[in-house]
Amino acid sequence: MHEWALAEAVIAAAAEAAEKERLKEITEVWIKVGELQQVELDILEFALSQLKTDKFKNAKFKIATAKAELQCRVCGHKWVFNKETLDKDAAEAIHFVPEVAHTYIKCPKCGSPDFEIIEGRGVWLESIKGAK
Amino acid sequence: MVDPRVSIIDERMRDIRKVIAVSSGKGGVGKSLIASILGLTLAKKGYKVGLFDLDFTSPSTHIILGIEGVQPKEDKGIIPPKVHGLEYMSIVYYSRDQATPLRGADVSNALIELLSITKWGKLDFLVLDMPPGIGDATLDLIRLIKKAEFLIVTTPSQLAFETVKKLASLLNGLRVPIVGVVENMKMNQSETIRQQTQKLGLTYLSGIPYDPNIEKTIGKTNRLLDTRFAKKVEQIVPSL
Repeated sequence: MHEWALAEAVIAAAAEAAEKERLKEITEVWIKVGELQQVELDILEFALSQLKTDKFKNAKFKIATAKAELQCRVCGHKWVFNKETLDKDAAEAIHFVPEVAHTYIKCPKCGSPDFEIIEGRGVWLESIKGAK
Repeated sequence: MVDPRVSIIDERMRDIRKVIAVSSGKGGVGKSLIASILGLTLAKKGYKVGLFDLDFTSPSTHIILGIEGVQPKEDKGIIPPKVHGLEYMSIVYYSRDQATPLRGADVSNALIELLSITKWGKLDFLVLDMPPGIGDATLDLIRLIKKAEFLIVTTPSQLAFETVKKLASLLNGLRVPIVGVVENMKMNQSETIRQQTQKLGLTYLSGIPYDPNIEKTIGKTNRLLDTRFAKKVEQIVPSL
């Protein structure tokens, strides 16, 4: 349920962006969710719908997901994160703090934990649309 | 693209009266022990206290405080468990105390994540056990927690104090408040560090003699508070 905390952050960031753009109303909020964090999209959507303030009254939340792509810094191998390769506790830990992936995941080619999360880490606010 | 997490951190810190970052220029000067005992001391005095171990790659406050078998609760965020009177947060809940090798960008990301999802509620003090130096965690803290004040730990060694000068210069340049300097592991009555601290315009908070018995109290909070070390840490409280 910490999706609520992330939803609060999205609302706060979108409101800040709207303030900068001097938008009176927000009509669309584009969000990108990386698969590494394994965010439950239905909970995120529900939380967003519950947390929206007046400015978001007619806002539609558009959520896109991104595969989590990892690249080993030692041998250069690239691979895509697959939750099924982890036990439940490790997957849950990564859900809360994606960086602990470095504890539980190793490069499938050379075994190093020194990899980069190239894409698909967590929640991003991509853009907003609205009326001035 | 905007990282939305940064926008909620002020809100998460809103009900915290003081944030004390226990920091140093060099490692091995006793930050974690001082942060842990300071947290326990404040809690014992009746304050509402949180302790957050920000040394993600080498966390140790859970060992000092003998904390195991607890996990945060989930309630629209994460709620740190209360242990020994402290609301306690550490990456070890998620790393299961295994090696977590992190590069700078990962340290930043983990810090922002935990600051944005942790719900501390109302606190008098949030004590932060910082990693050493003026790297990512320190810079992020300055950037993200505007109310943070730094408590700098050194030893009598000139090598340690030279790094205090650099940390203090960074903080002064950015107008970040410094509570003062604690001299740990004093082997004699030398006044050198006190004088050098005052020369920097900083407050010398306490001189803690080297205590060979402190190691035996690690993990035993009651005994930790009975040490001469803890009595010296208590001297810091009126300056906070």
